[in-house]
Amino acid sequence: MGKKFLLEHVNVPGIETLPVYQSKGGYASVEKALKTMTPDQLIEEVKFSDLRGRGGAGFPTGLKWSFMDRKSDKPRYLVVNADESEPGTFKDRYLMEKLPHLLIEGMIVSCFALGAKSGYIYIRGEYMYIVRILEKAIDEAYQAGLLGKNILGTDFSLDLYVHPGAGAYICGEETALLESLEGKRGNPRLKPPFPAIAGLYACPTVVNNVESIAAVPTIINITADKYNDVGIGKSSGTKLISASGHINKPGIYEIELGLPVEEFIYSDEYCGGIWKGRKLKAVVAGGSSVPILPANLILKTAKGEPRLMTYESLADGGFVSGTMLGSGGFIVMDETACIVRNLWTFARFYHHESCGQCSPCREGTGWMEKVLHRIEHGHGHMEDIDLLVSVAKKIEGNTICPLGDAAAWPVASAIRHFREEFEYHVKYPEKVKDPKHFEKEPFVSEGMLVNG
Amino acid sequence: MAKVTIDGIEVEVPDGTTILNAARKIGGELVPPAMCYYTNLKDSGGKCRVCLVKVAQGSTKDPRPMPKLVASCRTPVMDGMVVQSKSSPEVLEARKAVVEFLLINHPLDCPICDQAGECDLQNLAYEHGAAATRYEEDRRTFEKIDIGDKIKLHMTRCILCYRCTFVADQLTNNRVHGVMSRGDKSEISTYIKESIDNDFSGNMIDVCPVGALTDKTFRFKSRVWFTNPLDAHRDCPKCSGKVILWTKGDDVLRVSARKDKYGEVTEYICNECRFEHKKMSDWTVDGPRHIEHNSVISQNHYERTDLLKLKKEIERQIEFERGAELPPEPSPKLTN
Ligand SMILES: Cc1cc2nc3c(=O)[nH]c(=O)nc-3n(C[C@H](O)[C@H](O)[C@H](O)COP(=O)(O)O)c2cc1C
Ligand code: SF4
Ligand code: SF4
Ligand code: FES
Repeated sequence: MGKKFLLEHVNVPGIETLPVYQSKGGYASVEKALKTMTPDQLIEEVKFSDLRGRGGAGFPTGLKWSFMDRKSDKPRYLVVNADESEPGTFKDRYLMEKLPHLLIEGMIVSCFALGAKSGYIYIRGEYMYIVRILEKAIDEAYQAGLLGKNILGTDFSLDLYVHPGAGAYICGEETALLESLEGKRGNPRLKPPFPAIAGLYACPTVVNNVESIAAVPTIINITADKYNDVGIGKSSGTKLISASGHINKPGIYEIELGLPVEEFIYSDEYCGGIWKGRKLKAVVAGGSSVPILPANLILKTAKGEPRLMTYESLADGGFVSGTMLGSGGFIVMDETACIVRNLWTFARFYHHESCGQCSPCREGTGWMEKVLHRIEHGHGHMEDIDLLVSVAKKIEGNTICPLGDAAAWPVASAIRHFREEFEYHVKYPEKVKDPKHFEKEPFVSEGMLVNG
Repeated sequence: MAKVTIDGIEVEVPDGTTILNAARKIGGELVPPAMCYYTNLKDSGGKCRVCLVKVAQGSTKDPRPMPKLVASCRTPVMDGMVVQSKSSPEVLEARKAVVEFLLINHPLDCPICDQAGECDLQNLAYEHGAAATRYEEDRRTFEKIDIGDKIKLHMTRCILCYRCTFVADQLTNNRVHGVMSRGDKSEISTYIKESIDNDFSGNMIDVCPVGALTDKTFRFKSRVWFTNPLDAHRDCPKCSGKVILWTKGDDVLRVSARKDKYGEVTEYICNECRFEHKKMSDWTVDGPRHIEHNSVISQNHYERTDLLKLKKEIERQIEFERGAELPPEPSPKLTN
């Protein structure tokens, strides 16, 4: 069994309530941090832990905290990003639903470190039932003197608020989130200035993912050194992976970073292998915005070594043969999956969710979606394949926020690794007009399939 | 102050100046095009992405290049920064991409568009566009609507530069219009059943880089190049009263605000000056409007020919015939 930092007590009955949570050592990190450590020490500790942001980009959390403008005389804010809209990612909702106090505990310590007197949880509107769970837990914490004025008799005071969004993927992008939190249309802001200098209400702000903040209590309790012992190199600690698709045991798993991908897919402790005894065709490792990899490349790195569940190993070979750990949305496709159809589904999503502020993303996402729609439905031309690559390339890097890249990367990688499948769609329009085309007759290309 | 080099030319500008404005200080061909940035509209810029440039050296302190192209209209200069605008093939490629994207949902109805001859997209397409389209899908279309009794919105032509929403936000009280929906379904709109009828709303027409917002008192009256533009003023209690009269004979066909050479309004005017004073006798004419000679509007311009300039031009041509260095490329706007 791998080490569990986040989900260790998840199955304890009543763990969502304060007394049970405290009986399992809950809020110990608040005692330790507020009474025995300074904010600087806390920031250093998180830096040394090598914790990387769990929201997608993997930016080192301690480093982000150290950018906070602490000379400013304006209020400072911590905003927890619980928007969780990346297709394939569904880990934060589990964490908040089962362990609301873990997030609150992490927020108290983090706000103390950052000098923030207010913290916000920006949560996707569809998670209304979790809003209620969080609010209940926050009430309990206030009553126990863990929130509000002079927490545990110290000088530190903190208020927490839960703010549901109206349901837009773009509101997960940190600056669009801040706009939305301010009551405006969720359009990403141009950077600089970065939120650490001018974020919420133009005040210094840190935006972190739910899981990043939930990792903080462990780091403080066991020290950064011990946290660092788990994982490999700069990928330290544990990570929640939301596994879905053609596997025997879809679900949310806490893994130690460094676990071989093959073990994650095939061992009974995790995904339990490909369903119905079929073969593995492809994996999207970190949520729909990361490049898709065929079976042979997801299991082995560019150098032919076993691929590990770490930020570095998954990215090995760059985007030519690598991908990203991203938000940990691990989508598995078996031999019957149609790559073109899946890509079209992703493209439809990005087209629908583009905020429309900048021209390459506003127009390009729609263009890619329409071309993919044609190819998947047997109306494509051979030139369309290169057209898609070209459009993706013209969006990438030219937009205000990374949604443009998120729409472009899957297209570029799917065509790089599965070009024959796109050509097949053009050559055999009659066959692919049947929506179940590959279920009946799996499409096999050399080096693509791997037996379980 | 910061020293910046753009396409090999050095310029010194105050700290905090954007790359675009530093380039404008140098002037000429290296100035990046701009469709959404507008100097006197706070927070404008960054959206259309046509002004992208490459930063080959960040600053003297940190000479590393910037990893991606940046929007010159919103990126401040640093001392020692080295920028490539027209000299970078990557930049030209990106601008070409943006033009292609913008033209996807912008109809090429220039022959009937009121903005023809004054349209930034037309110029941009000419300089950076491709001759043929690769887009064969359905295009976005909208019904034309009146947003207020003086302004017609032709949303199909809108490129969502957001300039008019900034005007509404920053210049008019009681804002009633903005952007609705997301992505390529976004549209400029007023609140349901609201219309735009405040004193300064007409300025939205002037800031629109394309023909999406048109002056209902001028629509289809004339092509701009058949009009005679005159600088004029009147004593106005609401605004500076400084305008351009677009005339034909003694008729005033259109009144607009004065713009600088980058097409930006220098002083906003009120709706009364714009829409309600269409008689020559309402105005004191200051003289002919200077129109850049490379603009299509100058086709019929009435300024007297500068004989000295003409002589110099002829001499330059003769030099060229004799094998001197090549003259600079004629601006595409000449042939517009
Ligand atoms: C389009 C888009 C959507 C995003 N959605 C989320 C999200 O739902 N949750 C999240 O934590 N981060 C999301 N991010 C990343 C955030 O912008 C930001 O990097 C993150 O919240 C930082 O937290 P971390 O440093 O703890 O990872 C999104 C980014 C983009 C570009
Ligand atoms: S990249 Fe897309 S989502 Fe991001 S600002 Fe531009 S249009 Fe909006
Ligand atoms: S109507 Fe004109 S000014 Fe307004 S957003 Fe569209 S193109 Fe820009
Ligand atoms: S002018 Fe700079 S992005 Fe539009």
